[in-house]
Amino acid sequence: MKRNFADSALSARRINRRALILGGAQAALMAGLGFRMRHMQVDQAEEFRLLAEENRINMRLIAPARGLIFDRNGVVVAENAQNYRIVIVREDAGDVDEVVDRLRRLVHLDEAELERSLREMHRRSPFVPVTLADRLSWEDIAEVAVNTPALPGVTTEVGQSRHYPMSEDFSHVVGYVGPVSDYDLSRVEDPDPLLQIPKFQIGKTGVENKLEHLLRGKAGSRRIEVNAAGRVMRELERHDGTAGADLQLTVDHRLQNFVQARLAGESGAAVVMDVWNGDILAIGSAPGFDPNLFVRGISTTDYSALTENMYRPLANKTVQGTYPPGSTFKLVTAIAALEAGAAGYDSTVWCPGYLNSGGRRFHCWKSGGHGHMNLHDALQQSCDVYFYEVANRCGIDKISEVANRFGLGVRHDLPMSAVAEGLTPTREWKRLRRGEDWMPGDTLNASIGQGFVLASPLQLAVMTARVASGRAVQPRLVKSIGGVETDVVEDGPLAASDAHLQAVRRGMYAVSNTSRGTAYRTRIEVEALRMAGKTGTSQVRNITAAERARGVFRNEDLPWERRDHALFVGYAPYDAPRYAVSVVIEHGGGGSAVAAPVARDVMLAALHDGAVPPLEAYPAAQREEIREQQEALPLRPMSAQEPGRSRA
Amino acid sequence: MSYLEYTVATVPSGARKILYMNWPIVILLVTVACTGFLMLYSVAGGSMQPWAEPQMKRFLLGLLVMFVVAMVPIWFWRNVSALAYLVSLTLLLAVEFFGVTGMGAQRWIDLGFFRLQPSELAKITLVMLLAAYYDWLPVERVSRPLWVLLPITIILVPTAIVLQQPDLGTALLLLAGGGIVMFLAGVSWLYFGAVAAAAGGLVYTVLASRGTPWQLLKDYQFRRIDTFLDPASDPLGSGYHITQSKIALGSGGLTGRGFMQGTQSRLNFLPEKHTDFIFTTLAEEFGFIGSLSLLSLYGLIIVFCITSALAMRDRFSALLTLGVGATLFLYFAINMSMVMGLAPVVGVPLPLVSYGGSAMLVLMAAFGLVQSAHVHRPRGR
Repeated sequence: MKRNFADSALSARRINRRALILGGAQAALMAGLGFRMRHMQVDQAEEFRLLAEENRINMRLIAPARGLIFDRNGVVVAENAQNYRIVIVREDAGDVDEVVDRLRRLVHLDEAELERSLREMHRRSPFVPVTLADRLSWEDIAEVAVNTPALPGVTTEVGQSRHYPMSEDFSHVVGYVGPVSDYDLSRVEDPDPLLQIPKFQIGKTGVENKLEHLLRGKAGSRRIEVNAAGRVMRELERHDGTAGADLQLTVDHRLQNFVQARLAGESGAAVVMDVWNGDILAIGSAPGFDPNLFVRGISTTDYSALTENMYRPLANKTVQGTYPPGSTFKLVTAIAALEAGAAGYDSTVWCPGYLNSGGRRFHCWKSGGHGHMNLHDALQQSCDVYFYEVANRCGIDKISEVANRFGLGVRHDLPMSAVAEGLTPTREWKRLRRGEDWMPGDTLNASIGQGFVLASPLQLAVMTARVASGRAVQPRLVKSIGGVETDVVEDGPLAASDAHLQAVRRGMYAVSNTSRGTAYRTRIEVEALRMAGKTGTSQVRNITAAERARGVFRNEDLPWERRDHALFVGYAPYDAPRYAVSVVIEHGGGGSAVAAPVARDVMLAALHDGAVPPLEAYPAAQREEIREQQEALPLRPMSAQEPGRSRA
Repeated sequence: MSYLEYTVATVPSGARKILYMNWPIVILLVTVACTGFLMLYSVAGGSMQPWAEPQMKRFLLGLLVMFVVAMVPIWFWRNVSALAYLVSLTLLLAVEFFGVTGMGAQRWIDLGFFRLQPSELAKITLVMLLAAYYDWLPVERVSRPLWVLLPITIILVPTAIVLQQPDLGTALLLLAGGGIVMFLAGVSWLYFGAVAAAAGGLVYTVLASRGTPWQLLKDYQFRRIDTFLDPASDPLGSGYHITQSKIALGSGGLTGRGFMQGTQSRLNFLPEKHTDFIFTTLAEEFGFIGSLSLLSLYGLIIVFCITSALAMRDRFSALLTLGVGATLFLYFAINMSMVMGLAPVVGVPLPLVSYGGSAMLVLMAAFGLVQSAHVHRPRGR
């Protein structure tokens, strides 16, 4: 094929021209690509870098270790127990059903829970660990660990869960923790991110709840790198957070155990308090319950057993239960009368067995009357008429003022749930609250701790401690926080005359140590440990005239819930007071017969560092009976290693 | 001028041919391929397996093929271009019946030791045949309708076959590659204007066909178009790829996150990171500097192709050289646009860098043709 030269030249020129046009177009497009790169990689680099970091980095919270709670001797009351779990990773297990089958032969697996786990496993990525069983014993875990080669993909994990080794002894003091509920979340303004952790435990009642902010600690965090499928590749950064502060209570676990054991079978409360620094050595409410049940999530059966119990185990009777203090209130009335000049040390009141006032007859507990009564004898024999008379002279407002000074009708700030304020009525109060005028009869009722007056066992203990020490001691439940001793609340002297206090103390001594005293039977025989006290029996019903006429108000004949409350307050040793005690036995009957023996045993135990009191402290005639009673006490066995098991 | 008029004496012969090869292009090709090995090593998490080593072997084979092709006189290749075209058409039809289905499309023939993708072969044979056609066709007839219709048919036959495989990316490359050769040969602007108008109409028709019984594209192809237009519409579905690819690219910044430090690729946020999206890994790990460098390397190859072509004395050589350069350009420009979110995800590899056998071998053979044209042009006077 021949072509002429011109044709060739034309063609070459045209191709060259077109080639340059094409080259230009390509260059333009490449410049466009270059600019796009620059825009993305230089101008927008920051944004994209951020997006890339968001892609790969996840934050995970690490729950801090909850602060431990110790008794005053450093014995653990609330601890973080190891919680063993069995976890399976599907992709490592191979044949999951086979592995689970083998596992089932080794340890008990809850079938319902297992089914849920298996369903979860198939829903999630194969590398996500799924919990097969929770709260296993160490033995079970060991069994699994030994058989690891036959259980591919199965691993054991350790978590932490609250445990209360003292079981019910501290159920009301320390309270319990439980998983965060929606209600808990709604209560806090700015929820701690920790609360979002599944199954995170927070304090629900007692010290656990009130001092949650100290015990919880600060969340740690973990920055982890994940790949596109969500698998954790590595840990980039880890802040362990801060463990919660350890708390030391003022309570002595041995004494507390003794108190709970001594109260067993009754519905009642007892408080032992140091009269000088206010330390609460024991604060027991019976019956108790096992707080560990709540940590696990209590079953409906267990819960209804607790709520339907007539003795109300869940109520903390020491601070939230308020009772008419009965004759124990006479200590307050006596001081008020002395201060108002309504009574002297020796001036007497004639007790014929009743006092007529405002057209009503107010009876003394002793129908025959006590005859001439001075302050000392009136306290010793708990003569009602004497206190009716002097109260009538000094008036309710004075009595109420003194009561407040001695810690009644005042809310003591202890980190426990539902601490009650009690009630010390005044004229003002009745007008405001009841819309009625104060009646002279109201004063008479109040003077012997009946009528409107209400006090908690804690308040009664505070009152007794103040009488004993003459100082305005404040109760203290927390001894140290994070190893730092908490301040003893600055009390200062009580605004009460020493002579007045001394007169009352002498009366209290007579109650427990003279043959005519209402608590003479429950005296302490050791000279150096003599107890001074006051009995109280408070009615929960009115005695009708008909009943009085029939003479039928034997407590034993009444249904339990209508029987009198039995009370006793006291301190010891009389010469050099150390502890104040208050005991309330709900519907127990007479204070001297029911509450006083408990108070004596508890006081003796307190004076012996929580140990079971020696028989020598008791009157010789009672020792045999006491010995039997002591042997029957349901004390928790103290393991030898316990006192050494202090801060871990 | 056709090579038939060469004074053969001025054409290098024997071993001297090696000296007359276009060495800058060889060096650029090796450099680009080495970049590819580096990236394949990186995306495998610092391992020669499973990609970098086989890729190296194939590249060495490709180099050998290039040299062999380069040593054969260019006029031989001109004479067999029609045959080569027919062979690739046959293979394209063969995959229809014996092909292995991969990623929803029939694309390759498994030859046992090698997976042959005839559509790759077709891209080059098409350019060869068109170059030969225009070498043969007298210049004054180039723009005559009848003589324009013939090359259009030559282009459309393989395009149609590829399109119904369906492989949209390759179809577009065939169409564009063939069109560029026609443009270079001097076909009148009017035709291109007409085609552009027709293309606009076609795009409209294709989009309008969605959801009708005569739908022209598969559903996944439509979805790709959707997500291209708005990747955010489906961030966890098909838009995920584009979004993650852009994040990887952008997060590289100016200097990159460092070799093997790219979190997006290392943590599998990138799809197809060893094939179509390998550029994002490079951009992430070596930053703007790295990605611009690669773009420049490709640009230089094009420049050397054009300068080589300008010195050619015959149309076949010139058109072939420019055509191969344009094919390379289409590859990397579409691939880069795709990962930067400028073009829909159509499955075009990054030439010489993406992991893949046929594409690289065919490209190396094509550069063998370019070398042959370069070597066998008359020199001196």
